Amino acid sequence: MRIQIFTFGAALAIAGGLLGQTAGNSGGYKVPRMADGHPDLQGTYDLATITPVERPGGQAATISKEEALKRETAAAKLRAAEDKDVAGNRSAPPKGGDGSQGAAGNVGGYNGGWLDPGSTLTVVDGQARTSLVVDPANGHVPPYNASAQKRMAGLRNRPTSDATESNDPGLERAPGSYDDPERRPLGERCLLGFGSTAGPPALPDYFYNNLHQIVQTKDSVMILTEMVHDVRVVRMNSQHLPPTIRKWLGDSTGHWEGDTLVVDTTNFNDQTRFRGATENMHVVERFTRTGPHELLYKFTVEDPATWDRPWSGEYTWPETQSHIYEYACHEANYALADILSGARMREKEEAAAKAGK
Amino acid sequence: MSILKVTRTAAAILVVASASVYAQAPAAYRAPRTDGGHPDLNGIWQVLSEANFDLEAHVARPAMQTRPGPYGPVPAKDVLALGAVGAVPPGMGVVECLRREDCPQGGTIPYLPAALKKRNENRDKWITSDPEIKCFLPGVPRATYEPYPFQIFENANSVFIAYEYAGAVRNIYMKDPGPAPVDSWMGQSVGHWEGDTLVVDVTGMNEDSWLDRSGNFHSDKLHVVERYTRTSPDVIMYEATLTDPDTYSRPWKISMPLYRRQEKGVQLMDFKCAEFVEELMYGKWRKKPLDP
Repeated sequence: MRIQIFTFGAALAIAGGLLGQTAGNSGGYKVPRMADGHPDLQGTYDLATITPVERPGGQAATISKEEALKRETAAAKLRAAEDKDVAGNRSAPPKGGDGSQGAAGNVGGYNGGWLDPGSTLTVVDGQARTSLVVDPANGHVPPYNASAQKRMAGLRNRPTSDATESNDPGLERAPGSYDDPERRPLGERCLLGFGSTAGPPALPDYFYNNLHQIVQTKDSVMILTEMVHDVRVVRMNSQHLPPTIRKWLGDSTGHWEGDTLVVDTTNFNDQTRFRGATENMHVVERFTRTGPHELLYKFTVEDPATWDRPWSGEYTWPETQSHIYEYACHEANYALADILSGARMREKEEAAAKAGK
Repeated sequence: MSILKVTRTAAAILVVASASVYAQAPAAYRAPRTDGGHPDLNGIWQVLSEANFDLEAHVARPAMQTRPGPYGPVPAKDVLALGAVGAVPPGMGVVECLRREDCPQGGTIPYLPAALKKRNENRDKWITSDPEIKCFLPGVPRATYEPYPFQIFENANSVFIAYEYAGAVRNIYMKDPGPAPVDSWMGQSVGHWEGDTLVVDVTGMNEDSWLDRSGNFHSDKLHVVERYTRTSPDVIMYEATLTDPDTYSRPWKISMPLYRRQEKGVQLMDFKCAEFVEELMYGKWRKKPLDP
């Protein structure tokens, strides 16, 4: 039943993505408006895309329609293959995994049917993009500055909000990271979705459950992230909270610049740590309706203690008709106890083996 | 005229005045509208009652979980250290008594015999059984009367409720999407307007949420119909009718006012309590447990 829902959602998401691409290019588009005259940004959006945050080496910022179609077809083919039923009588994966991509060498955490990482490139201004990052122009997040490097040396393995769920190096390679629940990624603890899905900046997680919903009222804009049902309430024309109040998703205030909703976020707590940034990170997001079924989402991130310059990205949020289903993460988080107790078990076995020698 | 008489007369006038205000104001009140023409429910709301401790009328108890003492119940060992903070405050209850013959002892939940037994067992095992202790999603209607604020976002076409506790959320579908695809903690909410009342039909809830800290519960057959009616600038009257043939002998109803949080700058804040129960749930798996 659940797999069917995911597959159905994925199919709609693909349709939504294609629809968005064509709609964005149509001329004479009239933006729907709320009664207060501001653009109506509401809807449910699927952020899944195969365009990575950073540009793979040697590529141009945009690619031709033919090349885009080739990549999207390949991605869709892969998805379709992975969505096929698996044999009920298949044998267990080899000990330590088969070495393919996936959690801990793909020992069977998820099979492809559960995943919904999208199969379309993001299209902005009619052109398929090879990265979300557009500034610096090389499509890469600026290197960490000296202060960030110094800080991170003391915080090795401490999880950040963008950490992926499947990045599980194993006890041997990451000593200490299985000692306490606090050392596990925030996604594994059900405190935030992984991959900075809630943001800000809200990014595709390249895995699954990429839906976001926007509801606008006179004095606030509510942004729901599917994963961990995280809500960010953007208070319109409002002051930021005092620096003593820190939030997982930061404190967001908004205002309109023409037809663009500008959201300013500060006051992060010291656990979110997007890409290792400090709690003083400042994010500015811009939401613009560019078609009947899409928004353009732009963001700028700055944190002088981490990067010597601000950096920016942008991508299209295609609307989807999929419904957001409850992502009750913590309620069935058997994995966290299993991960920690598994590590304790291994330590016990290793100690016993040593004593036996 | 003696002073006593004056006082009595004044008191009588006051009683008449306040009674008439109480009786007439709600009927005369017309709520401000959203662009859709319906009453504007936007805002941050919270109950002010003991409902989350015990929906039924009850006197104060020593603790959520008790054990027999030499002269009556005393707090169970696991909650003893909380002292008065762990006591159950008294409340007149929020269970409506629709007909006197239905509830001769005041508002009680019409449990089937086996369900009543289970409710009492739940209460005896509260510390290990109440999903609120583990920061699990609250379900409906408990989300409404947990002692934390929630925010309603409403415009012409949408209603969405975000709760501070555990970051629970409900999108109220104003167009019926059909049966809930699968059960969930918060269920599927479908709303419509009956005059100036928002009526929300909630189905598809799993059997894991509870109704309060006293072991009151439901099965996965629970069907809740909620009614939200603004009766003054800062009050929504809230009603919820619960139907569950596996648990109750008939439908029953709770009602309570929701009050607008009026503090300057009030807003929903982070209450990601999942973080706060990690020691409880996973502490024993630390490499160096705090309580070896």
